[in-house]
Parts: sequence; C-alpha cells; structure tokens
Amino acid sequence: MNHDISLAVRRFIGENFLFRDDGDAITHDASLLDAGIIDSTGVLELVGFLETTFGIEVHDDEMLPENLDSIRAISHYVSRKLESRPVQLVA
Amino acid sequence: MCGIAGFFALTPRPLAPRGVLERMVEAVRHRGPDDAGIYLDSRAGLGHRRLSIIDLAGGKQPLSTADGELWVTFNGEIFNYVELTAELTGRGRVFRTRSDTETILHAYGEYGPDCVQKFNGDFAYAIWDRARRRLVIARDRMGVRPLYYTVHEGVLVFASELKSLFHYPGLRAELDPLGLDQCFTFWSPLAPRTAFKDVHELPPGQQLIAENGAVKVQPYWKLRFPARGERPIANEAEAGERIEALLADATRIRMRADVPVGAYLSGGFDSSVTTALAQQHHGALRTFSLEFESPELDESPYQQTLVKALGTDHSALRCKGADIAASFEQVIRHTERPVLRAAPAALYLLSRQVRDHGFKVVLTGEGADEVFGGYDIFKEALVRRFWARRPDSKWRPLLLRRLYPYLGGLQSQPAKYLEAFFRQGLDAADDPLFSHLPRFALTRRIGQFYSGDLRREINGYDPLAELRASLPREFASWHPLSRAQYLETGCLLPGYILSSQGDRVAMAHAVEGRFPFLDHRVVELGAELAPAMKLRGLREKYVLRRQLGRHLPRAIVERPKQPYRAPDSESFLHAGAPAYVHALLSPDAIVRAGYFEPRAVRKLVEKCRNPLGPVSAGDNMAFIGILSTQLLHSCYVKSLI
Repeated sequence: MNHDISLAVRRFIGENFLFRDDGDAITHDASLLDAGIIDSTGVLELVGFLETTFGIEVHDDEMLPENLDSIRAISHYVSRKLESRPVQLVA
Repeated sequence: MCGIAGFFALTPRPLAPRGVLERMVEAVRHRGPDDAGIYLDSRAGLGHRRLSIIDLAGGKQPLSTADGELWVTFNGEIFNYVELTAELTGRGRVFRTRSDTETILHAYGEYGPDCVQKFNGDFAYAIWDRARRRLVIARDRMGVRPLYYTVHEGVLVFASELKSLFHYPGLRAELDPLGLDQCFTFWSPLAPRTAFKDVHELPPGQQLIAENGAVKVQPYWKLRFPARGERPIANEAEAGERIEALLADATRIRMRADVPVGAYLSGGFDSSVTTALAQQHHGALRTFSLEFESPELDESPYQQTLVKALGTDHSALRCKGADIAASFEQVIRHTERPVLRAAPAALYLLSRQVRDHGFKVVLTGEGADEVFGGYDIFKEALVRRFWARRPDSKWRPLLLRRLYPYLGGLQSQPAKYLEAFFRQGLDAADDPLFSHLPRFALTRRIGQFYSGDLRREINGYDPLAELRASLPREFASWHPLSRAQYLETGCLLPGYILSSQGDRVAMAHAVEGRFPFLDHRVVELGAELAPAMKLRGLREKYVLRRQLGRHLPRAIVERPKQPYRAPDSESFLHAGAPAYVHALLSPDAIVRAGYFEPRAVRKLVEKCRNPLGPVSAGDNMAFIGILSTQLLHSCYVKSLI
C-alpha cells in the first residue's frame, strides 16, 4: 500500500512540479521545500491531489512540513489517514 | 516624442547608402507617424520619425544650427526647455524655433557633452558635431526613453529600437542565451545586455562619445543614497512640504505641450496624485483606465471614486483575456524581449484607446513606489531581516501574513509553508541582494524548462554574481531599504516597468507617457529621506501619503498597495485562443527554436489548462516567458509559424 502511494506521489510531483515524466530524480527523503521543488503555492496543489486521489481530507492543522515535505513523509501521512478512516459497515 | 536611428563611421570609410537609413527609420514609424527626416554626409547619418508635440510647425528633425556644424536627432522631451532657452538666450544664443530640440543644440554648443547635466527630461538623442568629428548619444537618467547601439565593422549604429539596427547590413538578430537567463531572473536583461547577441542598450544616465576612432561610454548621473551615519532628511513636515513643492513643479513642467495632455488613472494613490496636481493648474483632465473581469484584478470601483472626486472626463477600457491573446504577437514585436506577465498587452490596448481618442500625451504615476518605498518587496525584506535576527522566533514570521494582501494564492498558504518560502536566503542577511533573493529564486524556476542546448550555452553563468559585481562600492554602507530601492530602481524599473510595460507599448501607438515621480529632482529628494519616512512600520510611502493624501478621497489614501496585473496564462488557453499559441507551443516549434525542453513545456501547458486550483505565480511566469520567447524568435530570428 505504502509503495503504491509513494509511486503515485512521486509521479504527481514529477509531472506537476518538475514537468518530467517521472520523479525519479527526487530521493525518498529529500525535502521538497529545500530542493525548491514545491513553490510558494505548490503545497495547495499537493493537498488537492492527495484529497482527490486518496479520498482523504487534509485538515489545516495537518498542513505541516512534517507531513508533506518529502515523499516518505507524504506516504506515511496518507497511510495513517487511510487507516484511521471509519470502517464502513455493510448491511 | 519620436523614433531615432543613425550611424557614424568611427574612422573615414564609405557609409551605408541612404536607403539603409531610410529603412532603419521606417522600422520605428509607429513612434512618430507625423513626419520623417534624414541627414546624411560622408561620416554620419541621422534619421528621425516625428511625433509632433511641441512647436508643431518648427520642430522638424534632424535639426541643425544655422551654420550647419551641429546636428541633432532627438526622441523625448526636455521639460525645462523654457528655462534653458532663456538661459542660453541670455548668453547670446539665437533660437530659430520654439522647440526643445533646438535647446539641445545650443546647450551642446555652449557646454559641450556636459550639456546633458542641464536637461530635466525623458530623452534619447544623438548630436553630430561636424567640426570635431564627434558623435554623442545620451539617454535620460531613469531610462524612460530607449536607446540601443552596436559597433559593426568600424561604424557605430544606433536607434530607438533594436528592430532598426537589424536593418543595417551585416547585423543579424540572434537571441543571447545570457540575455535570456537574465530575463528569467530579473524580468529583463540588465543594460547594456539585451535579449539579442552583439547589440547593446545604452544604460540609463549614461552617454556615449565617439571620436578619434574610439567609443567611450560614461555615466553622467548616478542614483546615490546617504551612508549610515550621514544625516538624511528626518523632519517630517519639512520633507512633506519639499516633496509636494517639487512634485507640483515636476507635474507643471510635464504639462508643457502644444497638444492636449491626458492621464492614466489606475485607481491607485500614485496616478491620483499626479492627476490631482495637474488639475490644480489645468482644469479637468481627460483620464483613461483599464477594467478587468476578475474582481481580484479589477480596480474600477476605486477609479469611479476618483473620477467623481476629481471630476475628470473619464474613459475605461474593459480588457478581456481574448483581447490580450489577440494582441500579444504585436506586443512582443514591440517589447523586443521576453516578458513574464501579460500585463504589457493590456497597456498596449489602453494606449490604442488613448490614441483613438486623439491624445498623444498622458501623465502616469510610475516611479512613486521605487522612490518613496511603496512595493511589498520592501516590506518583505524588512520582515525577513527582522526575522533573521531571531530565526527561531515563532512570532516574527507571523508578520508575513501582512504582505501581498492582493495575492489570494499566497495568502491561503499554510503558515509553515509561507515561512518556508520566505525563509529562502534568511541566512544571507549580508548578501547585497538579500531583499530580492526570494523573487529571483522564484523567477529562476523557469530555468527548469531550459533545453540541454540552452543550458550548455549558459554554461554555469551566474546572473546574480554579475549583478553583485555591478553594484557601487558604497552600496554596503547604505540602509537596507536604500539597497532594496537601488536594486528595484536599477533592474525592474528601466528593464520592465518603463520599457515592456511603459515606452514600448505606449509608443506602439505613438502615445508619450510622462512621469512626474521620475523627475530626477524628485528621485534625488526621495533618496535623501530617512528610511522611516518611506516605510513606517509596514505602512508604505508614509510621508508621501501623509502630505499628498490631503488632495484625495480617504478611500484612495487608505487602500493598500495593489500592483497592476492582468490575466496571464488563462488569456491564452481558452477555446477560441489564436492559432499562434498552439503553433508556437507545439513540440515541433519548441524544438526548432531550441530554447526549451518540449516535454516539460507540454506538461506546463496541460497544467495551466487544467489547473487543480489557481495557477501559481511561478507557472504563470513560466508560461508567459516561454510563449513570449517563442514569439520573439519567430518575429526576429526565424519564423516558426
């Protein structure tokens, strides 16, 4: 699961911020801010992508570098969000 | 106001034929549709296209002294020509016309090349001194009027616009990779560099003297600020009175014309001040403004407030994205450099409307932000410097929320990310470019679209290092606000505001802009003011607003600064966009031009066409920068369509 999330995030960042077919150039732990990959409004695009792709809701107080500043951090954050979703009871 | 062109053989040699000069002059016909003239002898050729504003009957050019020994071709205005003419007449000079052009000739005859020090105006001229076999070309202090030159096979060739130079035999238009890299850092090339190889811009405040086979370029005016420890003007009342008196005089002499003078009225403080001052002596002015569909960009409610308060006779042009796209090819033909915003296109359309209403001259408010500390980048630098002293402070970065209130995208960022963006360069408080590092870094993101070839040609060149090396020795002794003002006044003002967004798009329709805030006396006074009189806390243009605000409605005085902007990438990506947009951004055209990576450009275009939210400032700049570069190549180097 985590691997799938990483792949999707890496691809999104590659296409959307580096304008390349993949994001292979970014290491798993590289800071997206320090590397200048995410620009001044880029985090909002990233949040939009995570919400639409994974069906999660990113709260304002979760928009922190700890959650969103590397591919590894994003993958962990999305996994946690998916795991903590309420279980849907099927009749 | 006019267009000039010409050449001068540095040593005796056969000159290009008259037809070459005619073609060079014809290339700037748009700057002067009223008349044309040429002078040619064995060493020099001077050409002129005239926009008649002063002495409609007697101001024909090129103009000579009665003995035919001095000749001048001149673009612009010497606003203090009335006083200078009286001074020169008192020294025995006999005038044959009422024009400011003749004042240049007599001033040169009296004072030599130093006559330029006497001129208060916006000018670019060439004086041919036959007796001394000397050619002098000079440009105004702030860079309002353009002037380009090159030396080709022993001949100095000059013109108001680069397109004239490319009509000279052997001169070929080729984009300069380093000029492009400067555009994608500073928003324009830094004079003397241009966007083209081997042709130069005469920097503002400099003159070129060609004689005895040599060419010498030297400054005759420099913007300087008091060093720390020198006592600036710190008495608020005195400063306010001096500013108002000087600004009133700067406006008064800028109303001198034998044709009606109108004004741009943006809805902001600066153009309101110049309009109000002009009306004190000239009655109700004819004013013009732009309106936009997006409420984020539109300032029409403020414009209406002003029109009502000042009682001007007003016309507004509603500018749509489709109008911008339809005119953009022509706009880039005129700017002769890539641009990063669509805003010049809207001003191009406005100058057409001004001309259609029969006006050749407009007052505008440009320069107030540079001179009196109005831009948010000055506040940004203040906050970042304050923060840099305590980088771990939780509270200091909260001030960042007070910056750029008009940028919705920036304002909606989470605090931590806003901090992260402005933290760039925070550890470089001693860097002379500290104030501008975040802006330069954001703009330089366009570099990720460069093709391999362009990267190889740039070859590690560092435009920031070049800018640092060009700063005056005393720069480090100035207050940080003065340093930021110097950078803004030296880079963005002449390279973008006064050219791509100023002279080039106004003169495309033969409309002359006049800038009271850029009268050199006003600029020098602004530099002498204590920094706290410009930026008081985070209140911009403090003393100017306090003094001149008395003439304006409170709603205008108290509104926060909103820079002029127009819709960017969205103007070019609607269903009915002109065919050139698709053609020039196609992978084939991108590869043929050779500056950018086609796959990256395709992804950028897709992203701007289907954005997840508002298109970011960086993506908009990249889109407009790439499209305008493609247009520039297609127009001047080789057609791509």
